[in-house]
Amino acid sequence: MLHIVNKSSFERNSLKSCLNTIDDTSVMLLIEDGVISAAKNTNAPMIADLAVQGRVYALQGDVEARGISSKLADNIKLVGYAGFVDLVVEHGTAVSWV
Amino acid sequence: MADILGAEVDEEGFLVDLGDWTKEIAEKMAKDDDVDLSDEHWDVINFLRDYFEEYQIAPAVRVLTKAIAKRMGKDKGNSKYLYSLFPYGPGKQGCRFAGLPKPTGCI
Amino acid sequence: MATKKFMYLNRRSSFGTIYAIESLEVVLIAAAFEQDVSLAFIDDGVYQIVEGQNADGIGMKNFSKTFHALGDYDINKLYVSAESLEERGLSADDLMPLVYEDEDDDWAEKPSIKVVFNVELSKIMSEQDVCLSF
Repeated sequence: MLHIVNKSSFERNSLKSCLNTIDDTSVMLLIEDGVISAAKNTNAPMIADLAVQGRVYALQGDVEARGISSKLADNIKLVGYAGFVDLVVEHGTAVSWV
Repeated sequence: MADILGAEVDEEGFLVDLGDWTKEIAEKMAKDDDVDLSDEHWDVINFLRDYFEEYQIAPAVRVLTKAIAKRMGKDKGNSKYLYSLFPYGPGKQGCRFAGLPKPTGCI
Repeated sequence: MATKKFMYLNRRSSFGTIYAIESLEVVLIAAAFEQDVSLAFIDDGVYQIVEGQNADGIGMKNFSKTFHALGDYDINKLYVSAESLEERGLSADDLMPLVYEDEDDDWAEKPSIKVVFNVELSKIMSEQDVCLSF
């Protein structure tokens, strides 16, 4: 599965809800304000394990828009819109934690 | 939809897409308002376009006046002079000729 | 018209919702009425004034540039929550260098941004006539 999170983990609990249900084979894509969770901050430990396994992606355009390109946490994989499509194709069912 | 030389404008005559702007459009808008564009008009129009490029907003008249005074001197940075160029208001009319949106807070 | 003290609390980041740009719009309108305006950036609102935003990739207007115009509108009191910055791994150095020219000091350029702890921010808020949260 592909889990898409588009809200800041400082403002909503959607990242937490997603982490509660994500299984070992699924990946996570952070988009819109969700990319705030990809930055090095006090919420970074929430997804650190998942990131080490190479299972956390962030949408590049959203990262750049928020000025956090140079502040990303370790092991976050950046993707563009084409990469977004690839993830959807590759991982089948997508769930958006809106 | 109304248009000027093929470029879409809103109900008050402001360009919908500022990317459509050309000098010819500015000249046509001025002609429709019975204004003959002089070098002095163009100084203000170019200033407005530069200001928008830098700050992403059309300045309020007070801010425009102050900024022009700083860059071009007090004889040009005063509302009497600017209104003599743009009788319907340097903000409203000037921004329209420059292809900018209506200044924020302008009624 | 009597001058009132208005404070705008910016709590959300720039592009995910409409709040940030709406707040800025209202701030500019209030400034046109020559009121005493100050801004506070708390929670994810601190991301609004982070240096180096580039919105080309998402096809939206990069209105972070507009914050540089606030000095011309006599808006020069921008308070940023130190706790909110720290939580997000940010410091004052990560923010845009926003300045104003001080009319009473021979137009000297001075910083508009002041990083404050929440206890100080709460005191500043209590001195306002109106606080609007976005």
